[in-house]
Amino acid sequence: MIRSWEFYVDMIFVTAKAWILSLLGRFLPDWIVVLASITISGVVILCLGPVIMMYLTLLERKVIGRIQNRYGPNRVGKWGLLQPIADGIKMFTKEDIVPANADKIVHLLAPIVIVVPALMIFLVVPFGERMTAVNLNIGLLFFIAVSSVTILPIFMGSWASRNKYSLLGGMRTAAQMISYEIPMTLAVVPAIMMSQSLSTNTIVLAQTGDFDLHWFIFTPWGIVGFIIFFLCATAECNRPPFDLPEAESELVAGFHTEYSGMKFALFYMAEYMNAFTLCGIAATLFLGGWQGPFLPSWLWFFGKTFLLICVMIWFRGTFPRFRVDHLMGFAWKFLLPLTLINILLTALWQFTSNLTAWLWSILILGISLWILVKLNRTFVPEKRHYPLES
Amino acid sequence: MPILEIAAKFGTYAVMAVILIFALGVVTFRNLFHCALCLAAALIGTAVIYVVLQAEYLAAIQILLYVGAVVTLIIFAIMLTEHLAGKTARQNNSQSLLAIVGLLGFVTLLATLILKTPWPVTPTALQAKNSVMGLGKALMGTYVFPFEVISIILIAALIGTVVIAKKDAPEEPL
Repeated sequence: MIRSWEFYVDMIFVTAKAWILSLLGRFLPDWIVVLASITISGVVILCLGPVIMMYLTLLERKVIGRIQNRYGPNRVGKWGLLQPIADGIKMFTKEDIVPANADKIVHLLAPIVIVVPALMIFLVVPFGERMTAVNLNIGLLFFIAVSSVTILPIFMGSWASRNKYSLLGGMRTAAQMISYEIPMTLAVVPAIMMSQSLSTNTIVLAQTGDFDLHWFIFTPWGIVGFIIFFLCATAECNRPPFDLPEAESELVAGFHTEYSGMKFALFYMAEYMNAFTLCGIAATLFLGGWQGPFLPSWLWFFGKTFLLICVMIWFRGTFPRFRVDHLMGFAWKFLLPLTLINILLTALWQFTSNLTAWLWSILILGISLWILVKLNRTFVPEKRHYPLES
Repeated sequence: MPILEIAAKFGTYAVMAVILIFALGVVTFRNLFHCALCLAAALIGTAVIYVVLQAEYLAAIQILLYVGAVVTLIIFAIMLTEHLAGKTARQNNSQSLLAIVGLLGFVTLLATLILKTPWPVTPTALQAKNSVMGLGKALMGTYVFPFEVISIILIAALIGTVVIAKKDAPEEPL
């Protein structure tokens, strides 16, 4: 069968894997081929995670630098491209400091455990057509379940350090992550309803249409769901403006105050890998995943994901940090009711999806937004005076 | 592929052994925080067993509810009692013997029930229980009444907590 060159560019990674496996199959028993198939996917993901993390740090420093009117790293290699490697060497050679009263085992385990869920989420991210490592039929639920485990290692690290700043940071993280997990999960529900599947692959396939541009974000519920999901994702990976758990000006460094060297780097790595996977899942759910005209599928996926990451970095460069009560109020009093209204809208959309449905949706959304904003009037706490003694 | 099957079997037994070790840790460690972490590990191990038995949905829910919510709640409670978390707590008291007798009775009851129940393992039954759609239809159709009753009980419990929590507020201002 003759196929166009676009097909081969699109399938370049899939073809490469199939070619390696058929080569192995010529002179090795079947069970080794099965193991090799798993190993190839696993090794690719295990390399992809850290490499993405390394270059995300560079990208972040570069973009933040440009936002703040400076160059960012540009000394190591062309355009500072070797900067992440230099950082890595620095991390490896740093002294590993463990506090004298720390719970040694838990202190050691926390940074190791935190990488596991961050890497496991990569398994269900569809990087391109036929490029999901494990095509689970509950892929999205897997993502939600695994990302909810991330709280545990943060707790472990903060508690084992025996440091008040660490503990405060850990408590804040737990409160924040639990709160934002709820609107995030509910924001995903419309996408599940419309694609009638929990599999990330099927959700992407449900967004096909003319020019592959039938993305969920081009519907009223899609826009609302995407914005809520993206805000919650930013909060989930503790990035500014939701970076209260590691607010430098208040808590030194939050839950990883007592970590140095490679242990700190692992926390950092998990955070950036989470940022990448959350953006990838957001792109999958609402931006059509790897769907798109003309370009190969994996290019579309990475393009969309990096676009979202750039928006996250933009957030960091522009927004000041939330106050604790504002943070909680935003999740519980604003995002949560809005997600419920959004689910209702999706149910309406299921029956009629034409111009009148658009108008109705905008009307309902406008009214509910207005009511929510009215109900969430700025709360001005009573002014407190602290008279100085003497 | 017999080699892979044997490997999977051994893997499953290894996971079971690990679960048992962590479960023992839950009831023997002197430090409450370590106990909670062991509990989390044991629950994750159980989820792995579910995955091996091809009940991925159950596994995901197990992790989401037990590890993501219940263990976090337990750890929160331990954190609020910091003096307990740092020191060692005794895991047994004078009622240990009675507890063991009760436990043995419960285990025998459970074992007889498990052994007596005929477990119908047919392809159709497996299909029906695996799919999320089947579960959803059952919850919204056949079992809608108990489902709603449980929701009402949960809401009642929630309101009750709020009421209890509210009573103390004026007496002890922060």
